[in-house]
Amino acid sequence: MSEIDYPEENFSLWKDAWTRLSNNKLALLGLVTLVFFCIIAFLAPWIAPYGYEEQNLILGASPPSYQHLLGTDVFGRDMLTRIMYGGRVSLLVGFIATSVALVIGVSWGAVAGYAGGNLDAFMMRLVDILYALPFMIFIILLMVVFGKNLLLLFFAIGAVEWLTMARIVRGQVMTLKKQEFIEAAHSMGLPKQIIIVRHIVPNAIGPIIVYATLTVPNVMLLEAFLSFLGLGIQPPESSWGLLINYGVETMEEYPWLLIFPGLALTITLFALNFLGDGLRDALDPKTSKD
Amino acid sequence: MIRFAAVRLLQAIPVLFGVITITFILIHSAPGGPFSADKAVPPEVLMALEEKYDLNLPLWQQYFGYLEDLISGDFGPSFKYPGRNVSELIASAFPTTAELALYSMIVAIVIGLFAGVVAAMRPNSVQDYAPMSLAMIGICMPSFLLGPLLVLIFGIYLEWLPISGWNSLPGDKILPAITLGTGYAAYIARLTRGGMLDILSQDYIRTARAKGLSEIVIVCKHGLRGGLIPVVAFLGPAFAGMLGGSFVVETIFNIPGLGRFYVQAAFNRDYTMILGTTIFFAALIVSFNLISDILAMWMNPKLRQKDLGDEK
Amino acid sequence: MPIKTNSKIYRLFFLILHGIYLCVLPGCETPPTNVELGNKTGVLHWGNGTEPQSLDPHIATGVPEHHVISALMEGLVLKDSQTLEPTSGIAERWDISEDQLVYTFHLRSNAKWSNGDTLNAHDFVWSWWRALQPRLGNLYAYMYFPIKNARAYYNGDVNDFKEVGVKAVDDLTLQVMLENPTPYFLQLLDHYSTFPVHQETVEKFGSADERGTRWTYEGNMVSNGPFKLKKWAINQEIVVEKNPQYYDEKNVKLNEIVYYPIENGITEERMFRAGQLHYTNDVPIDKVETYRATNDPALRIHPYLGTYYYRINTRVPHLKDRRVRRALALTIDRESLTKNILKGGQIPAYAMTPPDTKGYFPPNKLEFNPLEAKRLMTLAGYPDGKNFPETEILYNTNEGHRKVAVAIQQMWKIHLNIDVRLTNQEWKVYLDSESNGDYEISRAGWIGDYVDPNNFLDMFICGGGNNRTGWCSKEYDKLILQEAPRKESDQNRFAIFREAEEILIDEMPVIPIYTYTSKNLVHSSLKNFNPNILNQASYKDLFLSDDID
Repeated sequence: MSEIDYPEENFSLWKDAWTRLSNNKLALLGLVTLVFFCIIAFLAPWIAPYGYEEQNLILGASPPSYQHLLGTDVFGRDMLTRIMYGGRVSLLVGFIATSVALVIGVSWGAVAGYAGGNLDAFMMRLVDILYALPFMIFIILLMVVFGKNLLLLFFAIGAVEWLTMARIVRGQVMTLKKQEFIEAAHSMGLPKQIIIVRHIVPNAIGPIIVYATLTVPNVMLLEAFLSFLGLGIQPPESSWGLLINYGVETMEEYPWLLIFPGLALTITLFALNFLGDGLRDALDPKTSKD
Repeated sequence: MIRFAAVRLLQAIPVLFGVITITFILIHSAPGGPFSADKAVPPEVLMALEEKYDLNLPLWQQYFGYLEDLISGDFGPSFKYPGRNVSELIASAFPTTAELALYSMIVAIVIGLFAGVVAAMRPNSVQDYAPMSLAMIGICMPSFLLGPLLVLIFGIYLEWLPISGWNSLPGDKILPAITLGTGYAAYIARLTRGGMLDILSQDYIRTARAKGLSEIVIVCKHGLRGGLIPVVAFLGPAFAGMLGGSFVVETIFNIPGLGRFYVQAAFNRDYTMILGTTIFFAALIVSFNLISDILAMWMNPKLRQKDLGDEK
Repeated sequence: MPIKTNSKIYRLFFLILHGIYLCVLPGCETPPTNVELGNKTGVLHWGNGTEPQSLDPHIATGVPEHHVISALMEGLVLKDSQTLEPTSGIAERWDISEDQLVYTFHLRSNAKWSNGDTLNAHDFVWSWWRALQPRLGNLYAYMYFPIKNARAYYNGDVNDFKEVGVKAVDDLTLQVMLENPTPYFLQLLDHYSTFPVHQETVEKFGSADERGTRWTYEGNMVSNGPFKLKKWAINQEIVVEKNPQYYDEKNVKLNEIVYYPIENGITEERMFRAGQLHYTNDVPIDKVETYRATNDPALRIHPYLGTYYYRINTRVPHLKDRRVRRALALTIDRESLTKNILKGGQIPAYAMTPPDTKGYFPPNKLEFNPLEAKRLMTLAGYPDGKNFPETEILYNTNEGHRKVAVAIQQMWKIHLNIDVRLTNQEWKVYLDSESNGDYEISRAGWIGDYVDPNNFLDMFICGGGNNRTGWCSKEYDKLILQEAPRKESDQNRFAIFREAEEILIDEMPVIPIYTYTSKNLVHSSLKNFNPNILNQASYKDLFLSDDID
């Protein structure tokens, strides 16, 4: 049972972490659920029972039945299909925006952390400044200005989330930088880029993964908020956030329009959070039970 | 510490400056102007309106004109509501939002601390999972889902609580505060639990237990202190987040707060209102971050050396 | 290491819970609702839509503003809330000259402002002068244009206001001279843009033509209607109280009206159910079903003087051919649309002017006829939709508009085999696109300001600000601008309008879709509430009573 602070050999930490993770029932459940939803979302165009724009105006909204397992909405569109496709969009926004945040944040933090000194001070002051911006406000403005551009949505959301990522990465890098094995590599004459990429980043990955996993739900919620205002995903595309918004409006008349998308989103968010928590517990020896 | 505060205050100036400039550019890039309306506006009227509000001047002139007014404390007139100043609009709406944020904060702290403490006492047991999962509902349910559900259950079916307004009916602050607060309760629970576990796994705690010190004293006196530090550091950003994110709750419950005003202003292209509210919020965020960082530092001398690089 | 004393913790927990329970329970007796209390104290709680931008009658535009202003102020003429016939307001009676060009109004001697000052003809002259000041930016200035030289004065062609056809013959007699016989002139006088304002108050807070001064705010406003302004908490509520100086105050039964700016229809409906409102501004579509199903008398649906239509940008190459436009109009199944999708009692519209607008019925030259439409498309060069470019329908972000657009998109696909893409834009952006001609087909709506076909037809004159379709017909302009105003009787005017409307339908630069209905929830305790096609309430007639009748 190793409780050493610094990673001696990579794979023993990972194996260790995996063992811890698999003992955490909730985290495992989260992982499985997440993978399940992702698979369904990916396969949606092939396995969805109806087309997602297929309307049946005479039918209108109907509760779950054999033809429509999760009911239909006010246009007579099949909810199961809509939720599947909505999942595609929501999960896509979640992962892509998080990736954007990841790329920017990791690069920024790694450079700042490794460089140290004035460059570090400058870069982190910039982060501090950006941290103070009322971001909700900016996102609203951005969406108002640039309209319903899906790409921009990813970017805008990602641009909000990278800051904390940068801070974490920088902290990690600074700690690692002082480790002996880095000094050894340095004295061996390895160029800086190689050190950063091959040694520092892989060791800093733990907290990055954890934080990334916890960013995805934030991003999905952010997208849902924007849909609430009418600024996020635009019809005919649909996301879980948008479906929930529609459902809220008619929740007394047609509760299934709210329950199912609501469950989908909530379960996914729970899964991501449990997974993230589990990962954090698994990768950080300090919080182990006694 | 005074030096720290002074440095941060000085940093606030370029921050606000940047905020003003970016906002200014953004709103003037937005298509549509403050005066377009369904019924066509005759061109002479449009010209007169634009002249009155200096909109016909080149952009850089408007920008510096605004800054000039700002220094003398004048946020300008609202475009949408003729005769009203932005400052008076902010002054009328902000106390409501602040009150909402305050009550939500109380809800978040009460639920969060409680859940965190209970969970930290028996890690990885049902006592840990249950309250943490319950608190998680706050994070995993968006407020525009939770709010209407609470309204449906407590307002319409059970008829226990009012469903809209603020200060008009007794008890109308409860549902909005719960809706906004539960989102943050989970974070507080997590931070409390994490911080407490940090402390409770230390050797000196083991010694104290071995010595027979009562558990409550251990938990409340030592453990809690460890749990509170990250919470205090979080309070600043949390409060700021509540202020900024209040508009959803304000819309659902029809509360006349600043968040709702801001969203309307963005949709109405009320330039001065947008700028004024943004600057106001930015100033608040900077202040709250500063206060909570100072508090956290004061509570934990170690932080004075360490970087503020921990996650939420 | 498990903690042994967790039982103590649990006991503490339950103690707290019990304590909360005990504290909350005694206060559990529900307080009286707004409606219950209001019925006892004569306070009406009214859901009013968006927050009014301004209560200055010469600046305001919009229905929420209208509601509040009509409680606070009164013009020369009022309307009977059921028949919409003009009745006496500030003007007790009036004479109309033979040639219908001179109106002489005899004002009441006991008309007063809310601060006690007497209201006389000079107030009207001054107010109308103010309303026509270009710097004020009055979007309803065109309401004055039937008055002699009013348009010229507004445009700067005439510089002396004395040349405009309004004169105070003496304190109680106001004489108005018109350019042309205008049978609907009395109607215009019930519109708030012709209401008088108190000169001293206006000038106390700025110059007369300064837009947006504080004279309309709480504590400042002086008005002449059945109510006066008591409180204006922006985004929260507007409270008006009975005006003891009003000439007919003993017949005003309400003591106060509280206007709530509630934008969200769902929230508003819930507030109504919870007894917080007597009246809602609108009813969400899906709720209409529920109320209908239970035959709830609270639901009041009434035709509303407005048309929902699509503008066609006639400058777009493939939409230039009027056969194409007519084909598009012929393939909209308006019956199915209003019955299955809108479900709000809306009436299919086959012309721009709503039927029975003051007795006017538009020509019947449009219908649902897909076969004829297919034939027209073939003639125009697009047999079975071949080669017809993908067309865009633009609408502002709103579920209702989307429903209509989606349905029409399907109809056009099924019957004409053409592809349509839907674009929604946020309100301001959409307005911009429309006025810049940056659209192909766009959704639009027009609510009438006064009950006369002219209001619906003069939109489409060449280059008119509300035209925006690029369509121009000299013949149409001649009929609307020159011939119709010259006729003295409604009968003759309507004949001209019918001719003009036939041109409009033939050319089809706009596709009428349905006539609006007003949908409101009205509490049974609100009495004397008579809906009309202008959705105007007569506040001085309303009263609250718990009696069931």
